[in-house]
Amino acid sequence: MAVAVAVIGKENSPLYVRTVNPSSELKFMYTIHASLDVVEEKVIVGKKSSGELRELYLGLLYPTEDYKVYGYVTNTRIKFIIIVESSYTTLRDNDIRQMFRKLHNAYSDVVCNPFYVPGDTICSKQFESSVKGILIQE
Amino acid sequence: MADDILFDLLHMEMIVSVFQPDSNDCKKSTMSKLEQIGFYTGYRLVERLTKDWPRFKDELDTMKFICKELWLWMYKKQIDNLRTNHQGVYVLQDNSFRFLTQLSQSKQYVESTCKYLAFSCGVIRGALSNLDIKCVVTAEVSSPPACKFQVQVQRI
Repeated sequence: MAVAVAVIGKENSPLYVRTVNPSSELKFMYTIHASLDVVEEKVIVGKKSSGELRELYLGLLYPTEDYKVYGYVTNTRIKFIIIVESSYTTLRDNDIRQMFRKLHNAYSDVVCNPFYVPGDTICSKQFESSVKGILIQE
Repeated sequence: MADDILFDLLHMEMIVSVFQPDSNDCKKSTMSKLEQIGFYTGYRLVERLTKDWPRFKDELDTMKFICKELWLWMYKKQIDNLRTNHQGVYVLQDNSFRFLTQLSQSKQYVESTCKYLAFSCGVIRGALSNLDIKCVVTAEVSSPPACKFQVQVQRI
């Protein structure tokens, strides 16, 4: 379903990027990089608005002609970006939320690993297999 | 379901083993070792705890989370009093700190009580650091088992 998944750290450094097609990785890197601005914008707007519950899921960041980019930011300022194909119209908002929840769970497991230094790139096999589950879920 | 006493015992043993009487380390470096253990514990713990928590409004909201949720999770009670000067200094007061309730309430052990607070100072510092708040945490005990943690947020 998803074409690319990225985990961006606190200082906006990429901790993990995985795409379905390794040859289009560069193109997705550009998209992910550009979407970080939109994430910042949404987070700042969220800070100003008070009263309603601010959730971690940011929703559709911006649609391009081929792809849709979704964002999610945790309380610890880690950003998750998922890119899906525009042609995949049967994908519901709830499905995307599920994918982010799985990603968040996998990420918090990685952080709880005592051998993981926060800020490093993620090399955990378990994380890889959860991400694979998100990328190829047909 | 593990008993709460396990955490108390583990903490006590950790302090005893870090403060080996025959080692040559001075007191300061062993205190910072304990604090470092607390730092990473708090850091990783907060990642897990904030997983299903809505985003924090501001710094005060984050401090309230530490006082209520984190304290509840670790010590099965909340902080009794939170004071702030709204300029980055917060004082968290706990009237019966879990690790100090087992110690005698007389003035006999006052000098050693700071060892029992080092880990918790580290936990607060690690938790805040993961939530993007750099700070310095110190603790003082005026009358056990009550203690105060002072958090000084470092603003650039």
